[in-house]
Amino acid sequence: MKVVLEHLTKRFPNRNKKIHTEVVAVSDFNVEIPDGQLVGLLGPSGCGKSTALNLICGLETPTEGKIYFDADDVTELPPEKRGVGMVFQNYALYPHLTVRKNIMFPLQNFKGEDKLTKEQMNERVMEAARLVQIEELMDRKPSEMSGGQQQRVAIARALVKMPRLLLLDEPLSNLDARLRLQTREEIRRIQKETHITTVFVTHDQEEAMSISDFIIVMKDGVLNQMGKPQDVYDHPVNLFVAKFLGTPPINVFAGMVLDGGVYIGSDCIYRGSKLKDQEVWIGIRPEGFILKKDGALTCDLKAVEVMGRDTSIVCENEALTGQPTVRAIIPAETPLETKSGKVRFDIKPSKLYLFDKQTEEVLEDIR
Amino acid sequence: MMAEEKKNKGAGRGKERAGAIARYTLLSIWALIVLFPFYWMVLTSFKSYASYNSEYVPRFVATDPTVQNYKSAFTEVPLARYFTNTFLFTIITTALMHVVIILAAYAFSRLKFRGKNAVFALFLSLMMIPNELVVITNYVTITNWNMRNTFLGLILPSVTSVFYIYLLKENFEQIPEELYKAAKVDGTSDLKYLLKVMIPISQPTIITITILKVIECWNSYVWPRLITDDKNHYLVSNGIQEIRESGFGRDNVPAMMAAVVVISLPLIILFLIFRKKIMAGVSRGGLKG
Amino acid sequence: MKKSLKETGKGWLYLLPALLFLGIFMVYPLIDVLVYSFEESYNFASQSYTGVGLYNYKYVLRDPYFIQALKNTFIIVIITVPVSTTLSLLVAYLLSRITKLKELFQTVSFLPYVTNTLAVGLVFMILFKKTPYSDGMINILIRFFGGESVDFIDGPYWAKMMVMCIYTVWVVMPFKILILTSALASVNETYYKAARVDGTSSFRIFTRITLPMISPMIFYLVITGFIGAFKAYSDEVALFGTDLNKAGMNTIVGYVYDMLYGDSGGYPSYAAAAALILFMIVFTITIFNLLISNKKVSIGGGK
Repeated sequence: MKVVLEHLTKRFPNRNKKIHTEVVAVSDFNVEIPDGQLVGLLGPSGCGKSTALNLICGLETPTEGKIYFDADDVTELPPEKRGVGMVFQNYALYPHLTVRKNIMFPLQNFKGEDKLTKEQMNERVMEAARLVQIEELMDRKPSEMSGGQQQRVAIARALVKMPRLLLLDEPLSNLDARLRLQTREEIRRIQKETHITTVFVTHDQEEAMSISDFIIVMKDGVLNQMGKPQDVYDHPVNLFVAKFLGTPPINVFAGMVLDGGVYIGSDCIYRGSKLKDQEVWIGIRPEGFILKKDGALTCDLKAVEVMGRDTSIVCENEALTGQPTVRAIIPAETPLETKSGKVRFDIKPSKLYLFDKQTEEVLEDIR
Repeated sequence: MMAEEKKNKGAGRGKERAGAIARYTLLSIWALIVLFPFYWMVLTSFKSYASYNSEYVPRFVATDPTVQNYKSAFTEVPLARYFTNTFLFTIITTALMHVVIILAAYAFSRLKFRGKNAVFALFLSLMMIPNELVVITNYVTITNWNMRNTFLGLILPSVTSVFYIYLLKENFEQIPEELYKAAKVDGTSDLKYLLKVMIPISQPTIITITILKVIECWNSYVWPRLITDDKNHYLVSNGIQEIRESGFGRDNVPAMMAAVVVISLPLIILFLIFRKKIMAGVSRGGLKG
Repeated sequence: MKKSLKETGKGWLYLLPALLFLGIFMVYPLIDVLVYSFEESYNFASQSYTGVGLYNYKYVLRDPYFIQALKNTFIIVIITVPVSTTLSLLVAYLLSRITKLKELFQTVSFLPYVTNTLAVGLVFMILFKKTPYSDGMINILIRFFGGESVDFIDGPYWAKMMVMCIYTVWVVMPFKILILTSALASVNETYYKAARVDGTSSFRIFTRITLPMISPMIFYLVITGFIGAFKAYSDEVALFGTDLNKAGMNTIVGYVYDMLYGDSGGYPSYAAAAALILFMIVFTITIFNLLISNKKVSIGGGK
């Protein structure tokens, strides 16, 4: 099922009653989520992504705009009539019920002709349990299970009513690092098996990049960019998206364009810019540095961190903004001379982005 | 050096042992003070009227134990009646109270409505009002409603407790918001959510409240005394007072003690079974007040 | 908007039972009791009164029975609150220092809490009473240690007061022990370990670490103890019977009930005035206590 959001806007009254301005959690959102895809809704905390999810689910009603599931306008429908399954950040399992009863809970709410017999319910419950591989835990209570297992139960409970749309709110944030990797593969697998259109919210870009078919990057309630993870990473539309995706993060320098040359301080790192002369933000991905004796950019070497596959060079440059040090990732086999205290790099043009000094929109994205 | 150290250690151990002996001795004395009245009432209840009165210096064992006193307790005074009354009173009051306070606590903790904060503030301020202050008018009210010597008259004024509403509301609020949202997504109604999720989760608090209320009901004396003068509606506390002042020809102490034993037993048995829950409950309930 | 109106309706609907009961049996009586206390020569039968003023208060404050009740109540408060708190602290402390049989002692200590005070009061009366047949257990003990036997129930005032206080302490201690035991258990072990490493004596550890840490709990118990002791009544009835005025052992609450009901009853106005006087006393003392505790309790140890 395809989900379409049209001019979706949600404003909350300010919590401080003396201030009458409203807080805009989601602002004029226009998105089309294709059928059967896994979509990651990504952004820093407080950017409105959870509100967006609650709007889709029906726990909140939008101030303006429409929500369509395929051709149906569901904007005014209560959650239970939308056919959505939701997994909450803390799983929201009922602590007093066993796994079996937790998964069965949504089915017991069915009314009228949808009402299921006991056998049908049991069958559906077992089916969902099998899908998330928790058949042997059915009689445990949530408190007797690990975080990962609880997560599976929560997913099973969301899937058991065969929703048209599965929503996951920060599904991995309560898990430890190892489980997180495992569980995100699991979510991917389940989504591929069921083909249910799935939207999940996360603030962890790596998580979103690794399993999503599409990612949506949000900031302050505004959609910044939507696309395939690699496309968004390679071609960010603005400085925020560029900074938000990738670890270690992109290095941002204050620089300028002069006669087609891109300058950081007095070092010209690239020639052939089509921009007119102006000050710009220069973004260089950590993997965009090539260590070279007579490289274009000179930095003061601070430290070398050996990470096995790669080597991370930590150095300083006066023009750098935002973070304290430049991070360059180079292949581990590259020989490195450290005596002079200086390192010099050439820059891969494909990893170089120029952003407008004021609007921070991308100006030039060299392919 | 070594010898001295050893000696010090020895002295320390000796001191410790002396301390332990002192602690256990003091605690045993306290236990004796607590238990002695219970022992005495059980003991006396098994002595016959004649032998009790013939012992100028009371014996610590019943030489000729008899259950006659228990028979008298149930035949000469309407003890069974007092008992049933108290039992009914306790169960109905506690059950009704739960309905009232659970609904109120749910409204305060989960529902959003206009005027909520104002009403809650009013509720909190009512917590400071001592019962003694309102009893006078309640007495008049119940009298005017012709409810003296009725169960309704006994029960009605004690079916709400602001403190328990507060206690339960606090507990309800600790249940994560997400559970409510999850239930909403699944189309659960408010009432079903309350019954199927909130109440089971809050079971420990509800048990605490039940325990406190049952103890309170079983021991209540003042209100029943004001509102009943018909023996058919006496509760055990009033019954025991009645027995003391006019039952058994006043001096039949062993029979009185048998009645006292019978009246004390239910709560003591309840306590011995649910010892941990009751103690935890009382300390929780008592603390927040 | 429609939705919020529905929600509001639902909220009030859920509150309705509580509001009804509280309104009828709490809020209205509160206003009413004030009205009663100012209505002069109120007649219960005709529900009429002759004037409005302070006469009821004047009457109550001049009534020798009330003065006696006031005196009794104050004596009970002043003796039982400190004695029961100190003894409870001692028992709770001892309980915290033992491991074997701890549960048994805890259970026993708590037992009086779950008993009907009127029933056990009767046992106390039997133990202390002097009858033609026997001097009673306590008097025999006193004589055994070479003392003079006294009738504690129908005898001199001080003897009656003594039984009264002993029984009150016996009744209120379980709760205090329980609260103090959990307060003591909540003190972090590491403080004790640190103090022991520094070679601090047990006594010093108790006065310098334990006491300050649990002081909020102690103050809480003192405050609630004061309130509870001021409302003393049913324990008195248990020992001395319903005619407390005759026994000279009446309390303020007893006076209120006597004015309302029973042989000397039928004067709700006097009862109201007495109840309000009690409320004012309790209120003042509670505020006073809170002020002191705010000054003295600096380290928060309780939960």
